[in-house]
Amino acid sequence: MKMPLPDRQILAKRAQIVGRLRALVPGEGVIADEDELRVFECDGLMAYKQLPLVVVLPETTAQVSAILKTCHALGVKIVPRGAGTGLSGGALPLADAVTLGLGKFKKILDIDYANRCAVVQPGVTNMAITNAVAGEGYYYAPDPSSRIACTIGGNVAENAGGMHCLKYGLTTNNLLGVEMVLMNGEVIRLGGKHLDAGGLDLLGAITGSEGLLGVITEVTVRILKKPATQRALLLGFDSVEAGGDCVAKIIAGGIVPGAMEMMDKMAIDAMQRFVDSGYPLDVESLLVVELDGPEAEVEYLTGRVEKIASEAGSTFLRVSQSEAEREQFWKGRMSAFPSVGRISPDYMTMDGTIPRHRLPQVLARMTEMSAKYGLRVANVFHAGDGNLHPLVLFDANKAGDLDKAEAFGADILKLCVEVGGVLSGEHGIGVEKRDLMGKMFTEVDLQQQQLLKCAFDQGGLLNPGKVYPTLHRCAEMGRLHVSGGRLPFPDIPRF
Amino acid sequence: MAETFKPETVNHIVEATQWAAANGMALDICGHGTKRGLGKPVQADAVLDLSGLSGITLYEPEELVMSARAGTPMAEIEAALQEANQMLAFEPWSPQFLYGQTGGTIGGVLACNGSGPRRMQVGAARDHMLGFNAVGGGGEVFKSGGRVVKNVTGFDLTKLMAGAMGTLGVLTDVSFKVLPRPEKARTVLLFGAVDVSQALIKAQCSEHELSACAHLPQVLAMRSSVDFVKNAGASVTAVRIEGPAPSLAVRCAALRELLAPLGAGVDELHTVNTETLWAEIRDVQYFDATKQIWRISVAPSEGPAIAVGLADRLGGEYVLDWAGGLIWLAVDPADDAHVNSVRGALASGHATLMRATQAVRRHVPVFQPQTDALTALTARVRENYDPAGIFNPGRMV
Repeated sequence: MKMPLPDRQILAKRAQIVGRLRALVPGEGVIADEDELRVFECDGLMAYKQLPLVVVLPETTAQVSAILKTCHALGVKIVPRGAGTGLSGGALPLADAVTLGLGKFKKILDIDYANRCAVVQPGVTNMAITNAVAGEGYYYAPDPSSRIACTIGGNVAENAGGMHCLKYGLTTNNLLGVEMVLMNGEVIRLGGKHLDAGGLDLLGAITGSEGLLGVITEVTVRILKKPATQRALLLGFDSVEAGGDCVAKIIAGGIVPGAMEMMDKMAIDAMQRFVDSGYPLDVESLLVVELDGPEAEVEYLTGRVEKIASEAGSTFLRVSQSEAEREQFWKGRMSAFPSVGRISPDYMTMDGTIPRHRLPQVLARMTEMSAKYGLRVANVFHAGDGNLHPLVLFDANKAGDLDKAEAFGADILKLCVEVGGVLSGEHGIGVEKRDLMGKMFTEVDLQQQQLLKCAFDQGGLLNPGKVYPTLHRCAEMGRLHVSGGRLPFPDIPRF
Repeated sequence: MAETFKPETVNHIVEATQWAAANGMALDICGHGTKRGLGKPVQADAVLDLSGLSGITLYEPEELVMSARAGTPMAEIEAALQEANQMLAFEPWSPQFLYGQTGGTIGGVLACNGSGPRRMQVGAARDHMLGFNAVGGGGEVFKSGGRVVKNVTGFDLTKLMAGAMGTLGVLTDVSFKVLPRPEKARTVLLFGAVDVSQALIKAQCSEHELSACAHLPQVLAMRSSVDFVKNAGASVTAVRIEGPAPSLAVRCAALRELLAPLGAGVDELHTVNTETLWAEIRDVQYFDATKQIWRISVAPSEGPAIAVGLADRLGGEYVLDWAGGLIWLAVDPADDAHVNSVRGALASGHATLMRATQAVRRHVPVFQPQTDALTALTARVRENYDPAGIFNPGRMV
């Protein structure tokens, strides 16, 4: 992975930069010692490591603003960082950049039940929001599997998803407002406790922007009342096609389950061996369908899903009879990553989205690729919304295995795009998928995206080397490509 | 009168855009032109009429997705959805009562980020738009987003385009999420709520999954065509629930019990009356055609007090939607549209002047003014996407 070459002038000015930062953030808020910097050398994408120039951990918005203003003036790059759990390398440090960690922004500022929202600092974990409001029967809906550790600021940066997106939406659909600091140090507020923007929807545009547009210092999210009842069904099928067919029929039947997860045989085996979740071992595909809502509705929909499943040829069907059993059904799926970790020394988590009905075709092609690369692959799939997580198994100690795994992963993502899907459903592009952007977008498409970057951060100082293979100079893109001054379209109908 | 171009291909739009950019000509970009009354009047040199780019290009009900050319009539989209028992869940409003225009295109609905009562449960147009193709300010043909719901592949320009009212690019194709229509719908009515704010919040914060929650003062309720509402003899607080019949029966009973102590009585509407009532609220049907209309978005708990205060002070009328978070305020016409009183009443949120004459909209800021930093940022975004200032210039300023 090629990263932008470090700027030697910045490296030479390191002592001065550290001094300037110490003047802004006192005490232990500035980390320059090499051993201590080690902690920050990577995020959840551990294949790539780089020591940052320096780490700064501010505690107030005023400090963040001062840091950015100073770095802007000095021409120093910034890599924003939440909990560092991201899987695409969005928080990978740069040798000539300040890593700005939001870990000290840990306060829950306001819980407003009347307006169904919570105002929190960006370093609060996803789970902590739910925990803070659970006593009153509320929860925060997006639930990425790292939710115990990942922070809400990072969730906004990556537009994090989870199991319940089909019914409850992604981060972007549950976000009401942010306070953020621009690279020039200006502090802006987008949204609030009200809905929609009074002007352009910049709140929507910064969600999922992977730290390239600004540093978030406060987040307002919508909280929801917990459904009265949740019930899970385990449905097994003797082929992937039959499982996929069942998913399509449930949706076509007008049912939108709270969650609908699918896994293939390799994943089922790994999970059931890791933790007893009641999964059958003699099926080719398994669905976990969760229905939630008022008891009467769940009861009624359970009957309908059972009927659809048996019509789709299910060979295994179990409905959770208690809250404990529902949790047991989820245990395996929730521990997908450690389960697979047990059957392979290393694995790589991929993340693409496809139109659901292409699943059988995509899985068949993946089986061929698996044979070609000589690497195993296990699949977990947010079946409701088409978000696929193939886990490519490899052994980093075996020469060439990592390269093969990366090539395999890239082939999978190209396949996702080929069938009408996208490179990332919820993990982001980061550095991991950066060089594949050209497979989905033309150069013109990518330039149009970067026009937004230029409006927020003209100098390209925020998180460079991420998301876009080449960052165009803003001045170049501003030029108009116009030709001639006469009407060049004689054939447009006119009135 | 400005010349009208009616492109039939994307290439035509590219040519028109390049011509406009080279000559500094402003384009009035429109579908059916039904929502021209929204925003500042545009002084255009030519009209770019997109209604020739029409047709549904992809509809996969089992994938919950539809794609269409931007100029596709809403009637065509809705007919196709109806056939598969699906819907645009964000409930776009019809321009018939606000602007006296029927019709409209999918591109226009998305560009205005239109949404109705169900917005509080499922989001606005911006939450359902998945991707687009467009022509940029220099004639660039580009795309963003996709046709799947879960997508973090590059910046989400789709959100930026939804609600930009054609000022950042010319939409040529759009993809959006569709959802199954609920099996049934019911509305629980509370008559004469003693404390409106309390009633709305109690309902919204219950576990009964409301798909809409509104309040009509008595004078407005009397204008409804639904008899139960019209003859209430009191204000009407209405909450809508949707889903399968067994679920509705239970939730309806629970809501009646919850709301009954808060007013003078409760009743319920079944599917047909529910549809009629919420279409009235969605399309803002209750106000006289001569009134100026404001659309005010605030924190739901603040809405009732702001609405009552403004209506008293300005002699106006109001409807509350989104559990109090949306105020439709109708006032007698004034040269300044009472702009200072209206915006002065908001501690946060935003007020849009939805209906007033061109002359008034020319000098009154139609959209909520923003802080200096945000104004400057917005101006940079506009300048980058439309450097020659040719797309509906001034419409959102």
